[in-house]
Amino acid sequence: MDMKATKKKLGLKEKYAHMTRGLDWETTYQPKEKVFPQATFEGIKVHDWDKWEDPFRLTMDSYWKYQAEKERKLYAVLDAFAQNNGHLGITDARYLSAIKLFLTGISPLEYVAHRGFAAAGRNFPGVGPRVACLMQSIDEVRHAQTQIHALSNYNKFYEGFHAGASHQIERLWYLSVPKSFFDDAFSAGPFEWMIAIGFSFEYVLTNLLFVPFMSGAAYNGDMATVTFGFSAQSDEARHMTLGLECIKFMLEQDPDNLPIVQKWIDKWAWRGIRVLSLVSTMLDYMLPKRVMSWKEAWEIYFEQNGGALFNDLAKYGIKVPECIAQCTVDKEHQSHQLWLTLCTHSHAMGLHTWLPNAEEMDWLSAKYPNTFDKYYRPRFDQLRELADKGERFYANTLPMLCQVCQIPMLFTEPDDPTKICYRESEFQGEKYHTCSDGCKHIFDDEPEKYIQAWLPVHQVYMGNCWPEGTDPTAEGFNPLAKYLEWCHIDLARDGGDYEGSSDQANFAAWRGAATQNT
Amino acid sequence: MSTVFIAFQINEDTRPIIEAILADNPHAVLDEQPAMVKINAEDTLVIKRESVEELIGRKFDLQELQVNLITISGHLDEDDDTFTLSWKN
Ligand SMILES: [Fe+2]
Ligand SMILES: [Fe+2]
Repeated sequence: MDMKATKKKLGLKEKYAHMTRGLDWETTYQPKEKVFPQATFEGIKVHDWDKWEDPFRLTMDSYWKYQAEKERKLYAVLDAFAQNNGHLGITDARYLSAIKLFLTGISPLEYVAHRGFAAAGRNFPGVGPRVACLMQSIDEVRHAQTQIHALSNYNKFYEGFHAGASHQIERLWYLSVPKSFFDDAFSAGPFEWMIAIGFSFEYVLTNLLFVPFMSGAAYNGDMATVTFGFSAQSDEARHMTLGLECIKFMLEQDPDNLPIVQKWIDKWAWRGIRVLSLVSTMLDYMLPKRVMSWKEAWEIYFEQNGGALFNDLAKYGIKVPECIAQCTVDKEHQSHQLWLTLCTHSHAMGLHTWLPNAEEMDWLSAKYPNTFDKYYRPRFDQLRELADKGERFYANTLPMLCQVCQIPMLFTEPDDPTKICYRESEFQGEKYHTCSDGCKHIFDDEPEKYIQAWLPVHQVYMGNCWPEGTDPTAEGFNPLAKYLEWCHIDLARDGGDYEGSSDQANFAAWRGAATQNT
Repeated sequence: MSTVFIAFQINEDTRPIIEAILADNPHAVLDEQPAMVKINAEDTLVIKRESVEELIGRKFDLQELQVNLITISGHLDEDDDTFTLSWKN
């Protein structure tokens, strides 16, 4: 008798159908609207949730299998890094400022993303997005954990890694930029969250963060970061796809959704671009060995790639976000203006800054022929002159923050790169300041939301940011020193110029010890 | 015409995958960067399970791509035999 043929394994499409749609249920003792109370208030109309399909067709069983493999690979490298003094392989300890900024500014966002996608998964009535959001939620907590694990290897040797992912994100004046981006998205509804994080951040902007950054880590000998970065990034293609699916789904479900979606795209593209200005300083100033300029990265990943995306979305009536004209001007200025501000405020920061050297300034001139020599080289020259006289300049106040994006007011007018841009709005008899037309527009559209912003600098000056028991009337009271203490920053070790820092001295001594016998 | 792309980590797993992609997509352009490669292609790019299997000499599940994937651009369509990125819908 013939052997009975084994039943063929389910194909990907069938398996996906069984493992997602087949697992849903209808409510019985409560109406559906009560179970999913957040599904309708934003005005997005959905007629058929089953039209949502994950093009990766990933099911939970495969998800666990591949994620486990990624973790095994990652931790093998981290062990090797720790066992082989991997921290001495980096080009120069200046590089670590970029990593400190990542740990303090980005890793905590991974954790908020984890919570946000868990909430989105809970709040969508459709089972397709629920499964995809669940996977992304688990991915994001993995990102937070693996980043903290990987970077804890640097914490054993260098300053500034001790409180970033916990205390500082809540307190430091420059970290409220990334923090408020995610908080403002999370406090919106589930659909807006998907446009803010899933679409704008993950699809349109994430390449600008991770790809040049990870290449930069590889170029600068940072095996730990390359590895967690690539491990996290391997989830990113799925996240980007979820963001793109989500937007297509909303636009295909009902024509009334278009103006709502367009407004969110305009808003969150601008907010995301503001957050990314921190990355611009990383590419142009913080990497001792450079990969590409911010302007080049912007042109590849935003102008070309984003251009292809918006061409495609045009069939639904979506227009390129309004802020693009401003961005085309800004790409030539952004990193220089922000780095100058960081350089003159690093006595109030948890990482080191430095003035670019002659060779680095030549690189910047070559990459920014229209702007660097004209506007920025003279300012760095002047700062260098002061520093050489032993008078390294630090501004003795903290900068005012934009009510919306919370970036210090440091960027210039679109038509005059020598004039700081300020915009003012009035609401309920109070004045509010924003950094740009983009942010003013967002404020004026939702003042009730943005007047509640917790702006660190305002709070410092109101006296709300000191350790408990501080007496501001005491003899010799120093508000900045008390603020930094409250932020868990030890200025002598964590901030100020890299030149003369303990990171610099230790790295030189340890690397010397690794290559000589004395 | 718009460009789609896919980027992978460079390692022993991806070497044959990249080779298969370049053979199956003669219009694709390889862009080598530190620790990664990015493959750009006008309009569409397809990865075929069979081509990868031929090079590695074992069964291959296209979902294994996810382990070493860095980023993609374009609309994705994946089934048991092909992984396709394109801007035509
Ligand atoms: Fe993430
Ligand atoms: Fe702003």
